[in-house]
Amino acid sequence: MPAPSDAIVRYTYGERASHWLLAISFFLAGLSGLAFFHPSMFWLVNFFGGGPWTKILHPFLGLAMALLFAALALRVWHHNTIKDSDKEWLKHAGDVMAGHEDRAPPAGKYNAGQKVLFWLLALCMLGLLVTGFVFWRPYFAGAFPIWLVRLATLLHAVAATGLILLVIGHIYMSYWTRGSIRAMTQGWVTRAWARSNHPAWFREVTRER
Amino acid sequence: MSSLQSLDIRRRSATTTPPPSVREGVEVSKLIDVSKCIGCKACQVACSEWNDLRDVIGVNVGVYDNPPDLTSESWTVMRFSELEEGGRLEWLIRKDGCMHCADPGCLKACPAPGAIVQYNNGIVDFVEEHCIGCGSCITGCPFDIPRLSAKDNKVYKCTLCSDRVSVGLEPACVKTCPTGAITFGSKEDMKEHAAERLVDLKSRGYKNAGLYDPPGVGGTHVMYVLKHADKPEIYHNLPADPSVSPMVSLWKGALKPLALAAMGVTALAGVLHYLKVGPKEPHDEPPPPDSRPPAP
Repeated sequence: MPAPSDAIVRYTYGERASHWLLAISFFLAGLSGLAFFHPSMFWLVNFFGGGPWTKILHPFLGLAMALLFAALALRVWHHNTIKDSDKEWLKHAGDVMAGHEDRAPPAGKYNAGQKVLFWLLALCMLGLLVTGFVFWRPYFAGAFPIWLVRLATLLHAVAATGLILLVIGHIYMSYWTRGSIRAMTQGWVTRAWARSNHPAWFREVTRER
Repeated sequence: MSSLQSLDIRRRSATTTPPPSVREGVEVSKLIDVSKCIGCKACQVACSEWNDLRDVIGVNVGVYDNPPDLTSESWTVMRFSELEEGGRLEWLIRKDGCMHCADPGCLKACPAPGAIVQYNNGIVDFVEEHCIGCGSCITGCPFDIPRLSAKDNKVYKCTLCSDRVSVGLEPACVKTCPTGAITFGSKEDMKEHAAERLVDLKSRGYKNAGLYDPPGVGGTHVMYVLKHADKPEIYHNLPADPSVSPMVSLWKGALKPLALAAMGVTALAGVLHYLKVGPKEPHDEPPPPDSRPPAP
């Protein structure tokens, strides 16, 4: 579908490219990590050239993901600061999920749920990055005491679980909210989409009340 | 080592179904009588020779330990500790190496199917051809034994000469020990032998002599007779009560099935939500302005 003449730009080419490079790196790091997460998923090593290659690649793929997240976060973090109206919005999260978003305060460029998602993603990314270095063999693990290596390994698995759960939620929300995936692939949204899902942002970009 | 005894496997790393294990094995054990050891290092040489390993020639670091630590090519090392008590000096010499735990932390931590196996006779063996080089076994080991090779990024450790044992021979270190400080046999026989040794040591005034077979790892298939079994730490930090770290148990135990279940439930919740609420379509008309609080 071509963009209507009154379409609103939601994501620039740079933002979309940044997002999808991050998404690709997430799947590569995630699938290579899941291969070692549980024996039932060890077969995933076949996508990466076998066990040793998967082990070699995973930390670099994870590092790429962390850097690509940082690149995207630099672009969007200032839209994600939590305001008082966001706290009010979160009280109505159940209403929004039930399709009654009109009961929640009007959302800006991102609603409070998206903002919380952003900061939780950032927390998981930082956790994965820091703990990943602590047991990265053969390069870094030798520099840390064994109790720290054990703790880091445990926390890495916890943070990875958290990240995967968040991304499952993120993907579902984008599918559920019709028009969102097009916003991130083609960059534009309809006026109705902006008015329905992000009314405060809609007013801001159109100066319309 | 490669998995020579393929019908005698009790545990196999990263494997959730039973490994081939129809045959009953006799539990074996190596017994190291520290009180008889003279620190000649013949066992180190025999280990290198039988396993055809040539570690790099090191440098003297000021103590008798040589090489100064276990390496991927030195699977056993004599640890020398000086004990000064009541004005007399005692030299404690402990042959360090894999303890072949009944409950092996390395095997529990390993993510590569079949890279670590435990045979029915209790020997814990690394199968390097399946090793991916992650070093999780190092993280899991309560005795700091496995070593990652800089040459091939695989981990190595004492095999308890599983290749020799599988054809009815004793380990190379046992064969070569000139004082009989290292013996090998069924775990039951080794415990009996140790009990005799403890009677002798106690009669000679070593009241705290005892057998080191730590229950925290389910017992080991390498046991020590110690003159000072009340203080194993004086033997170059031999842990008094080793066990697999709770962090490793949590990581490889409860966490992973729970995490997988959470991922499945989250995805399923999305499906059920969509079926109940349907897609969130943009509505064309703006809602009446008075139904909303003003924008912040």
